[in-house]
Amino acid sequence: MIGRQRDENPAGIHLPLEPLPGHTSRGRLERVLRRGEFAVTTELNPPDSADPEDVYNRAKIFDGWVDAINAVDASGANCHMSSVGICALLTRMGYAPIMQIACRDRNRIAIQGDVLGGAAMGVANMLCLTGDGVQAGDQPGAKPVFDLDCMSLLETCRIMRDNGKFLSGRKLTTPPQLFLGAAINPFAPPIDFRPHRLGKKIAAGAQFVQSQYCFDVPMFRTYMQKVRDLGFTEKCFILCGVGPLASAKTAKWIRSNVPGIHIPDAIITRLEGAQDQKKEGKQLCIDIINEVKEISGVSGVHVMAYRQEEYVAEIVDESGVLKGRQPWKREIRRDDQMVADRLDRILHDDITETQVDMVKTAH
Amino acid sequence: MSETVPGKDGPRITQPVTQATLVKKAAPKSDYKPADVSPQRRVQRSFAVRLWSIRHSRLLEWFYSRFADMFLLLHPLWKGIGYNRVEGPIKFVEKRVKGFMFDCRMCGQCILSSTGMSCPMNCPKQLRNGPCGGVRANGNCEVEPDMPCVWVKAWEGSRNMVHGDKILDVQKPVDQSLRETSAWLRVTAQAAAAREAANAKTGASA
Repeated sequence: MIGRQRDENPAGIHLPLEPLPGHTSRGRLERVLRRGEFAVTTELNPPDSADPEDVYNRAKIFDGWVDAINAVDASGANCHMSSVGICALLTRMGYAPIMQIACRDRNRIAIQGDVLGGAAMGVANMLCLTGDGVQAGDQPGAKPVFDLDCMSLLETCRIMRDNGKFLSGRKLTTPPQLFLGAAINPFAPPIDFRPHRLGKKIAAGAQFVQSQYCFDVPMFRTYMQKVRDLGFTEKCFILCGVGPLASAKTAKWIRSNVPGIHIPDAIITRLEGAQDQKKEGKQLCIDIINEVKEISGVSGVHVMAYRQEEYVAEIVDESGVLKGRQPWKREIRRDDQMVADRLDRILHDDITETQVDMVKTAH
Repeated sequence: MSETVPGKDGPRITQPVTQATLVKKAAPKSDYKPADVSPQRRVQRSFAVRLWSIRHSRLLEWFYSRFADMFLLLHPLWKGIGYNRVEGPIKFVEKRVKGFMFDCRMCGQCILSSTGMSCPMNCPKQLRNGPCGGVRANGNCEVEPDMPCVWVKAWEGSRNMVHGDKILDVQKPVDQSLRETSAWLRVTAQAAAAREAANAKTGASA
């Protein structure tokens, strides 16, 4: 066999891994985090199309650089390909997706069904979110559902996994094996409640959390100090959200239009003063990664490079967070080569095999 | 019809103008805009009474515990008339009193004591477990920019209360089938049932 990788099922890349003791999922992300390695996750920009190639191409640029890919569930309340659909495509190709579930669009009946469906496709990680308000998106006339909230969604998933039951108490024949995630925003008021809210999420079932964009490292450090004092870093893996800003203008636009993202003036001044703002934005992101990776209790970074996905590899490479480790990467195997050779012969060699000819040659 | 909007990666991209964009543009930021309004929203501009209740959460907590005791004392009366029959008049009073004090939405499973006397059903996302990540820097709501975030206020209110740390409990999802029913009567009936069960237990063991 060519290039068997560390976290890969020998029987096929699309198959889940054998569960390790103490693990709740059969995925790679949990293995990486529990081994104590610095994890890198990223976000796939969901296509507005029905072409699977769009998803594959967008995932391909992360190959060998990230441990898991978030499949967003209509983020910002804008319509895109669904997270379930993206996960179905990604798991087929062996990627480790993190299926985001937002409470905005579906009630508890639909969500529990999607959790089972996702787990059946091989999704090992699920990220439970409340979701942005519909007013933020392209269809503000939609009905906001919010039947569950992120906390009760986490609890629902945990009950399905650990107790093998629906919320109603009805039994599941095979419970989903999941690594449950949640989101945190240490940068929005009420600041002193935020660490306790993480505690609530852990109590509800969160095993890892991804933070909102971090542009204010001192603020994040204070938050982490509080979280460490409360002892939450031992119960939960914390991934810090980072990302490149394209320009000072974009930064200002995000600050005034995207709820929940805190960008200090110093960042904007630094971008404005730069010759090449895009390059400076990338460098800023690398600098922030280098600062947050030193904070104790931070288990990884979540790189969100919306419409700058091609920078993710460079950012991860230049920040050196992987320390020489290479995350899973799709590689060609011997049987793939065989299929390719055979297909090539059929497509390009001039063979005319009609059934009559085949009978003649057989005699 | 199309317009240019600033793209996040610098170059401008062209997008079709949606109805929502037109509505948003038609009115200045501070005006009433249908596109920004959640269906749960009431026609209301002032949050004075709601904020008063949160500032006096300690007083209201004390008052409610007395009030709940009184309701429990009256349990034989409710039982005598029949809980079903008193439901109507009690709900009538409860809805108006709590509606005035807390902008109550009659979810039927009141958790005001766990949320610093700030009704979580006033949150446009109806979150019952804490603030979302979209709270504005000034502490106002992401969806309704002129409303103070229900959960920012809840945290402030809970800090004044004796049992304020109940805000850290994880709340179950709302049971929609209990909407428009009296929470006062349900709590009383449950407390009475618990008391009777405890009495039966001690009676059996004695």
